[in-house]
Amino acid sequence: MIADPQQHGVEQRKALLYCMMRIRCVEETIAARYADQKMRCPTHLCTGQEGVSAGVGCALRSDDFAVSGHRAHGHYLGKGGDLRAMLAEIHGKVTGCCRGKGGSMHLVDRSVGFVGSTAIVGGTIPIGVGLGLSIQLRGTDQVSCVFFGEGATEEGVFYEAVNFAVLRNLPVLFVCENNLYSVYSPLAVRQPEGRSLCGIAGEMGMRAERGYGNDVLEVYAKAQQAILSIREGTGPVFLEFATYRHREHCGPNLDDDLGYQPEDERQLWLGRDPISRFQRSLLVAKTITDRDLDAMAVALQRDVDEAFEFAEASSFPEPTDAYEGVYA
Amino acid sequence: MSRVRTYAQAVNEGLHQAMETDQDVICYGLGTPDPKGVFGTTLGLQERFGVQRVFDMPCSENGMTGVAIGAALNGIRPVVTHQRVDFFLLAMDQLVNNAAKWHYMFGGQGSVPITIRLIIGRGWGQGPTHSQHLQAWFAHIPGLKVVMPTTPADAKGLLISSIFDDNPVVFLEHRWLHNAQGDVPEGDHRVPLGEAATARTGDDVSIVAMSHMTVEAIRASDHLKAQGIGCEVIDLRTISPLDWATVLASVRRTGRLLVADTGSRSGGVGGEVVARVAEELGDVMKCRPRRIALPDCPTPTSSALTLGFYPRAAEIAQAVGSMLGLPSGADALEAQRSGPHDVPGEWFRGPF
Ligand SMILES: Cc1ncc(C[n+]2csc(CCOP(=O)(O)OP(=O)(O)O)c2C)c(N)n1
Ligand SMILES: [Mg+2]
Repeated sequence: MIADPQQHGVEQRKALLYCMMRIRCVEETIAARYADQKMRCPTHLCTGQEGVSAGVGCALRSDDFAVSGHRAHGHYLGKGGDLRAMLAEIHGKVTGCCRGKGGSMHLVDRSVGFVGSTAIVGGTIPIGVGLGLSIQLRGTDQVSCVFFGEGATEEGVFYEAVNFAVLRNLPVLFVCENNLYSVYSPLAVRQPEGRSLCGIAGEMGMRAERGYGNDVLEVYAKAQQAILSIREGTGPVFLEFATYRHREHCGPNLDDDLGYQPEDERQLWLGRDPISRFQRSLLVAKTITDRDLDAMAVALQRDVDEAFEFAEASSFPEPTDAYEGVYA
Repeated sequence: MSRVRTYAQAVNEGLHQAMETDQDVICYGLGTPDPKGVFGTTLGLQERFGVQRVFDMPCSENGMTGVAIGAALNGIRPVVTHQRVDFFLLAMDQLVNNAAKWHYMFGGQGSVPITIRLIIGRGWGQGPTHSQHLQAWFAHIPGLKVVMPTTPADAKGLLISSIFDDNPVVFLEHRWLHNAQGDVPEGDHRVPLGEAATARTGDDVSIVAMSHMTVEAIRASDHLKAQGIGCEVIDLRTISPLDWATVLASVRRTGRLLVADTGSRSGGVGGEVVARVAEELGDVMKCRPRRIALPDCPTPTSSALTLGFYPRAAEIAQAVGSMLGLPSGADALEAQRSGPHDVPGEWFRGPF
């Protein structure tokens, strides 16, 4: 499906752009500042993949649930997670969303339905299904959204969780970001050529669709449609979005020197950047002007810098806090 | 002539040597042939031995452990590597229900010569799911061997022995040891499984340690020696089967036991050593045995929260001093340390 930029209202399109640009600004500022060694935890940036975070995030309601994995900054922010609490968490501060216990790989903001992201690949897929079960038991019209990478579909738990979601017709939206890699391992060494994840998900009994993750309008439209039908009780939906990670798997740098991403592939995907392509289409449609874009970028950077200041100025937890909270 | 290598290089040499020695040795795991080669430990293997014997794998820890077991039942010797212990937890079923039991439950028909290399993370915010020390879990399972080398030479020698052992071996490498340097013998250097090493000799206290805690124990021991206190540092090297003869002989001589465990306190290897020594030598001990271990608590991420979380040489020295009723000078030992507490040295700048 080619998304029609006119299909959604101007405000909606601006909101999607804003959401993507905000995530980008956060990720790139982390990258720029990581070398200061104040953010002392493994950090997986999603630069290049903002289309999915923004498109799905904006289609969800804040009382819907979402869970994610190691690369979760975009999902958290797209869902409305508190930026200051996230940055404070990455800085190990007591004002962090986990009070410093979790770091970048463990984010939570229950006030907006972001139930948690964890670092073990595939680990939250059944958690999202369990949240779906709880929604069904409570009889509300919420949706549980599970974000994961294509690597996670290689874990057995993915099939076990999907099977149960289909069996019980649970209100779960599976969002698979296919960025072609798990760490430095391309799909070619992990899955047979021509494998269709959508095909598998479809055969397992869900509605399954593939989309272009770098077209935020397409992501938004597909997510909206899926969420609507899930709310109506038609059961789980699987959405696979093609996208690409710009920076190294874990950490702030580019890693093109390693040569694991073929240069032509890399260039192709850099040219498909979800933000610049959307900005171009909005400029052409005269929905926004260059001046609007500049103003947005400046305002965003100011907000993000302010959130970094908050994180840096916050106190560290007391060392003894480490031993609190083992049991509820 | 000395032949200095890092621990990571020693592991790499061990893998090359084993694959050279025996065509049936294969090596796989997430990232095994990638450009970083699992912290350098698997670099060059695929180029040397080809894609049939050295390969990447899907994110399928449990399935791929079972695959290793199946191949092993037909004579292949797989070495499977995981970048963290924590990721391997998905495969506990295959390891515990199949690998550890096969030889026993089929009345000795078939054995499972697999080696599972697992890396223990620490520092730079590795946190609750990237820095677990679970040797006690593995050691609790009869039928598994559990190896935790401290020195580069032992890393190589124990790895080759693990690969050629006819049983499943869990081979635990501490991330903070990968850059440690030491003499590493050339060629097919083997160190037998199940034998502890005496890293320092002394008459006053036996310190039983493993992996990175051996490094801390040696630091404490060298410091205490200058204060006139003699510590015998026993590096277990193999956690299961454990070399009780060496441990008991040492404690019989010194009459004092301190265990320095990299794992958490309750239900740990440290507790097991204390219990066994108490059972066998309780009436010849000159003071109560002590153990130093991690708190019974998940690892927090924030560097502020890991301050003091990991016991170090100073805590060991202090414990020894209090066992003997002598001053330990532990403060001076602590004062010698410089740089942030959450990295092993300048070479490590995160993120992994
Ligand atoms: C069970 C498990 N195995 C391996 C890892 C190491 N690891 C962390 S992220 C990652 C990549 C997974 O790829 P994918 O799901 O496609 O996510 P992406 O990084 O591409 O966003 C791997 C293998 C892990 N965290 N957990
Ligand atoms: Mg991926």
